[in-house]
Amino acid sequence: MNYRNKAAEGLFFWAALASCIATIAVLGFMGILSLPLVTKGFFPDLLTGSWAPYYGHFGILPMIAGSFYISFLSLVISLPLSFGCSIFITLTQPGIPGKTLKKLIELMTGIPTVIYGFVGIFLLVPFVRDVFAYGSGMCVLSASIMLGLVISPTMILFFIQSIDRVPKTYLNAVDALGGTVFQKLRHIVIPNAWPGIMTGIILAFGRAMGDTMIALMISGNSIGFPHNVLDSARTLTAHIALIIAADFDSIEFKIIFACGTCLYFLTGLAVILARIADKKHA
Amino acid sequence: MMKKSCDDIILGIFSWACALILILSICLIIGFLVVKGYNALNVQLVFSDTNPVDALLLKQQVFDGLFPAIAGTVLLVCLSMIFAAPLGLCTGIFMAEYASAGVRQFFSLIFDILAGLPSIVVGLFGFSVTVFMHHYLSAKIFPCLLIASLSLCFLVLPYIIRTTQIALETVPLPVRLTGPCLGAGKLENIMLVLIPSSMPGILSGIILAIGRCAEDTAVIMLTGAVASAGIPDSVFSGFEALPFYIYNIAAEYSDPGQLAKGYGAALILLIICACLFFVSHVIRAKFADQTGYKG
Repeated sequence: MNYRNKAAEGLFFWAALASCIATIAVLGFMGILSLPLVTKGFFPDLLTGSWAPYYGHFGILPMIAGSFYISFLSLVISLPLSFGCSIFITLTQPGIPGKTLKKLIELMTGIPTVIYGFVGIFLLVPFVRDVFAYGSGMCVLSASIMLGLVISPTMILFFIQSIDRVPKTYLNAVDALGGTVFQKLRHIVIPNAWPGIMTGIILAFGRAMGDTMIALMISGNSIGFPHNVLDSARTLTAHIALIIAADFDSIEFKIIFACGTCLYFLTGLAVILARIADKKHA
Repeated sequence: MMKKSCDDIILGIFSWACALILILSICLIIGFLVVKGYNALNVQLVFSDTNPVDALLLKQQVFDGLFPAIAGTVLLVCLSMIFAAPLGLCTGIFMAEYASAGVRQFFSLIFDILAGLPSIVVGLFGFSVTVFMHHYLSAKIFPCLLIASLSLCFLVLPYIIRTTQIALETVPLPVRLTGPCLGAGKLENIMLVLIPSSMPGILSGIILAIGRCAEDTAVIMLTGAVASAGIPDSVFSGFEALPFYIYNIAAEYSDPGQLAKGYGAALILLIICACLFFVSHVIRAKFADQTGYKG
């Protein structure tokens, strides 16, 4: 009996260790494969230069800028929306309308990203093109709107969770004092749920940075530096998907590992920041 | 009734507006797909001119339909769950029941990072391992079904671990203590009491992971999905998959007929994912009734 217990514990431990090593192996692989870039002197140019392989420029700065631009704009679009929806669900309409909306949002998390992208191309892109009459419609704005929709469920569910963690006694106290819903929100819910809200925002930003399909399908993928929201742009993730067919020994191929390492660190940083914000909550 | 303050009215309008915008955009997306894809949705879309029974029995190849893509997605999901479910379950059990506080904290940080990894990075990892093996082990190794499902396994692993861990940790204390009180060992308690009573949580986690596998495009794009491959004959061959098919149509369609098939494919994928979501939901609700707590 004791022997079986030991064996099972060993099995569980090795499984956990294997999953853990896998995560680190991903970073290791990215690091080792992008290392030649550093030793061959591409390094400073890599993060600051422009992308023009035929002229020997292999900078990924436009893609980093594109990633940040699209993610930031999608956050700007979806943050008020998500905040409004979570208030709707938790404070203003906690009854049937709120519950129904919550179910719908949970369903939204199950809708494939490629479908958002597909609808984006055939519905949103022509719309943006007609309204602004500028370029092809495949631009930062279109991608950000769709991406905003993709990340809002993550944010809303997180907001709801942290608003629910605000002690009920505090909320009852406001009601007992005759406070309005707005006062409840401003003086009790926001200060108390603030770290949780921050965590949600950071995680959603990480999700936006890591998304491939929306940016690849809608943002137009031009390699230039995006100057306004109607310009086309290329993200780090889309860059990887577009360059992957290159030759194994070419520099382009090694560059995508630099993109991968960049993405790994950015999303890893987001997770760590989110955890720090969440710790303060407890 | 008390008169509502001005702030409250504005807040109410703001929250209603946000809720309506969200509902409207989702209805627009789903409605657009249904309207455009409804006409394309028929037996011919899936099986083309081939007899459905022959195609299902693999007697005849389907050339122009979605059948190979659907079959590819199903195979992909099954294979990756074969890898991911046991590994994720064991890891979840370890995290919930065996790990010391320090180890748990460190591992959960690592799994959070894994959960946050962009799927394209996971795909890139799978791809680079393949290229690596192609160069140094055997020239016969190419991106294939096996590689893609292993990469997808990485992608969904953190979800399974997390849901298993949470499901086990939320087993009520009385239930948790009954086994040891009656003389059960730790392993017996886990296997006979804790896992059965946290089954709804674990199952719904696995179903959500299946949904993630079925929808992900970025990983399989880099690890072996191709535009036309037919039904894969072994785990070492390329394959078609629904999400990749949809992406491919969006990027390269040449005539309205192909586009219509793209709409049909998108609608089918949406229906599959919605079904998985509802199954997960029903399991959770049903078991929650039986055991009297929410898993």
